[in-house]
Amino acid sequence: MRFETPRFKQAAVVALHDERLRTALARSRVGFIGHREAAVEALPEFEQLRDTAAQIKDHVLDHLDYYLQRYEQAVVAAGGKVHWAHSDEEAQRIIVDICRAADAKVITKGKSMVSEEIGLNDALIAAGYEVVETDLGEYIIQLAKEPPSHIVGPALHKTREQVTALFAEHHGRARKETVAELVTEAREMLRDKFFRADVGITGGNFLIAETGTSVIVTNEGNGDLTQTLPRVHIVTSGIERVLPSLDDLPVFLRLLARSATGQDTETYTTLSTGPRRAGDPDGPEEYHVVLVDNGRSQMLGSRFRKMLRCIRCGACMNHCPVYGSVGGHAYGWVYPGPMGAVLTPIYQGLKDSYDLPNACTLNGRCQSVCPVKIPLPEMLRELRHLQHVERMGPRLQRHALAVWRFVASQPWLYRIAEKLATTTLARLGGPKRRVHKLPFAEGWTQSRDLPAPAGSTFLSQVPRSKRA
Amino acid sequence: MSKPPQFGPVDDRPTFLERLFPWKQRVSKKPLYQLGVSRDLILDNIATELSRGPLQPAARAALAERVSHAPRHPRPALNGELAELFIQRITRRAATVQTLTDLSDVPAAVAQHLQTHCLPTHIAVSDPLAALFWPSPIQLHTGAARRNEAVAVSLARLGVAETGSVLLGAGPDTPTTHNFVPDDHIVVLHRQDIVPHLEDAWASLRNHGGMPRAVNLIAGPSRTGDIEQTIQLGAHGPRRLHVLLVG
Amino acid sequence: MTEAPRVGLFATCLMNVFRPNLGHATLHLLELAGCVVEVPTAQTCCGQPAYNSGDFDGTRVLAKQVIRQFERYDYVVGPSGSCMATIRKDYPRLFDDEPDWRRRAEALAAKAHELISFLLDVRGLKLDDVAFDGTATYHDSCSGLRELGVKQQPRELLAMVRGLQLKEMRDPEVCCGFGGTFCVKYPEISTRIVDDKLADIASTGADTVLGGDLGCLMNIAGRAAREGKALRVFHAAEVLAGMADGPGLGGEDAGKGKAG
Ligand code: SF4
Repeated sequence: MRFETPRFKQAAVVALHDERLRTALARSRVGFIGHREAAVEALPEFEQLRDTAAQIKDHVLDHLDYYLQRYEQAVVAAGGKVHWAHSDEEAQRIIVDICRAADAKVITKGKSMVSEEIGLNDALIAAGYEVVETDLGEYIIQLAKEPPSHIVGPALHKTREQVTALFAEHHGRARKETVAELVTEAREMLRDKFFRADVGITGGNFLIAETGTSVIVTNEGNGDLTQTLPRVHIVTSGIERVLPSLDDLPVFLRLLARSATGQDTETYTTLSTGPRRAGDPDGPEEYHVVLVDNGRSQMLGSRFRKMLRCIRCGACMNHCPVYGSVGGHAYGWVYPGPMGAVLTPIYQGLKDSYDLPNACTLNGRCQSVCPVKIPLPEMLRELRHLQHVERMGPRLQRHALAVWRFVASQPWLYRIAEKLATTTLARLGGPKRRVHKLPFAEGWTQSRDLPAPAGSTFLSQVPRSKRA
Repeated sequence: MSKPPQFGPVDDRPTFLERLFPWKQRVSKKPLYQLGVSRDLILDNIATELSRGPLQPAARAALAERVSHAPRHPRPALNGELAELFIQRITRRAATVQTLTDLSDVPAAVAQHLQTHCLPTHIAVSDPLAALFWPSPIQLHTGAARRNEAVAVSLARLGVAETGSVLLGAGPDTPTTHNFVPDDHIVVLHRQDIVPHLEDAWASLRNHGGMPRAVNLIAGPSRTGDIEQTIQLGAHGPRRLHVLLVG
Repeated sequence: MTEAPRVGLFATCLMNVFRPNLGHATLHLLELAGCVVEVPTAQTCCGQPAYNSGDFDGTRVLAKQVIRQFERYDYVVGPSGSCMATIRKDYPRLFDDEPDWRRRAEALAAKAHELISFLLDVRGLKLDDVAFDGTATYHDSCSGLRELGVKQQPRELLAMVRGLQLKEMRDPEVCCGFGGTFCVKYPEISTRIVDDKLADIASTGADTVLGGDLGCLMNIAGRAAREGKALRVFHAAEVLAGMADGPGLGGEDAGKGKAG
């Protein structure tokens, strides 16, 4: 996947002018926020579950090596195979090799963010395979040749009219106008692929060490057709997704559905353990799991460890005013929104991703809805700190900060600066006491007036008896 | 003909993490892909990053205990009778439920469902149900669903009240494809098989032969909200889910 | 009756320069709540701009300054959720390597309060004889809301004000787009967010916006003024103190419906 984050600012401005995007974002925001709130309200244990989930994740991360080995043992015992990929490239390689050994031609895929992260589609297509995304949203953006704009609703930015046009162009059938017709047409087109596929690739929302099970949740049932019909099933998953026991799973299922889509449960929750067994009439003959590290083990030892708790529910972006304004594509890489603003700099470098940690008001709503309580604002601030230490960012801003910091550390100087600011602004404000244009503060005055001060500071007005 | 894979140019710039922790081992961009190498490297890395060596036997024993006996986590309080909660929740997700007094009532109920919805009478059923008396013109087959399968009738292992879902397990008699390929999925569930929480379902699986290859928890017909967040049923899986609750 | 607590008034930067009226309102309310108030005149800034810019060293310098000036009081109180959250939540975190300062930071954090929650939760203030003529909506500023749990307190106190009618927005908890330096670094995004906020405000039919943080309020007022929207903007403390009779933050003629 292309990395466009260095152009965040320009992309954001373009996105802000896209009226269709604005409509789509407004619609999804209302839906996501409202549904989640209602679902959470209906479950009094929700807060308790969040605490528990964070604890379980931290425990797993502290003993990740152990649980991964236990998981591997259990997968092997069930007749499956585990592959370990240190980097994205190695993961691509492993998967291409499995497909080649299976003599595959058509590959179906369920929605998986890891697969986006490791650039799997491009690698498979380059290797000559026909790759079909089967999640409706993923399918739409595959046709449009676009990256996902949301980790749960990848085609959230597309309007119905756009989907109509896309389908008409690619399916060569009569134009379908209603959502029902569009869904039916996609269903028909993909049916054939499901049955023709040689390999089905899904993600793994959770891996269970106790039983060697991989878990996916979907609403469409596409993941199940993807993993049941072909001869070979490949699960791709980050190494951080393992849980000790089946009994840990419900905690996360309860949180995930409510946080992601505001439902009590997703429609399909599927636990897969190994390949087809003796006497089974269906199911894949081979079952592979590709465990992807790709920088995760290094994150474990950094101050960003808590980011590995993430279960990719999307709640943080649904509640983010910046995401809600510019949409997912402006972020320029696989992961958008607050979690992406943390992950992208870690993966792609602090400098190229300069804007992401900074384009945030630190309002904290993401953290307050995150089902595993990741302190996202704190991490974004931590990234800013690293950028500050490495002297990144616009020079003018850096120097202004340094000057301000010096002045603020000298009360007498601060008093002078204050007085200067107060009188100047008061004069600029005029009788209406509003400043329209201010050199060096165009960022403010290009779209806002600045209330003008009254003429003297509060501290200078404080009665003597109350001064200290 | 498949071409050999083409990977992007090897990028030698240090990643951010490497600059942050220069003393740490470099994430190799070169394929390591040799059996076992990456595995051990990843496991070693994890231990190093956690600032500890490999786990000691005592610690491993404690973790093994954690795997086999997880602590009891919070579960949602369920107020009401299990079957009622189950019905209330699964119907909220657009499934339909019909209560029957006896398993022998299943064929008639299925026949009626076929008639109501003008469905073909050629249906797939899971083995244990094939032994029932099925009136003509219904014709059965067991085994995997065929590509154009219209209706399947499955026997659920359990129902879960908490989520309002049926639990089906893959096995020689119960094909997984029945759950996803047909347009109409009819599921037979015994009232006494409804358990309160997911944890109770796992316990039941553990006590009855362990994990099936596939466990499908199904909470309604297939749905999607991927176009303009408009909920539409029948995305890829069944358009209708009809539960026959027996007993 | 216990002795009146000594309160150090934290004069936030924005208040000091842009809204002295809020300072007087704060003083008045604290005294009404039975406190002995002092205003250390050597105070500057809590350091939040540096902290949020990732300049942790700079923040420590300023934090030490604040700790020195305010640790002698029973409480330190300021009319801003975000400044007080910095003192309460962030200061202790800053001194992981300086145990001595960490102790002092924690001690200060424990007695640092945002004004409005302090008035109600700590001092149990009751108001009578305060009036405000208008329909207002209350914007929950993010730091106060999420870090300090300020939500019900302003509403409870405002309910004691005669003539004031409070109408809630559809989503009062969403950020207004201010975000400190964010609003000048990413003005286009910030403007979109504040426009969404203004639309939500407009849908309530309220003629006045109240809040607990000047940064947000200046952002809302500044955008409304530029767009020629009739809107009076006050800090809630100004209303509670009965000192919201002058022009609001939008300027002289804001709220009278004339374009700026
Ligand atoms: S960071 Fe939290 S809220 Fe965001 S996707 Fe991950 S788990 Fe969900």
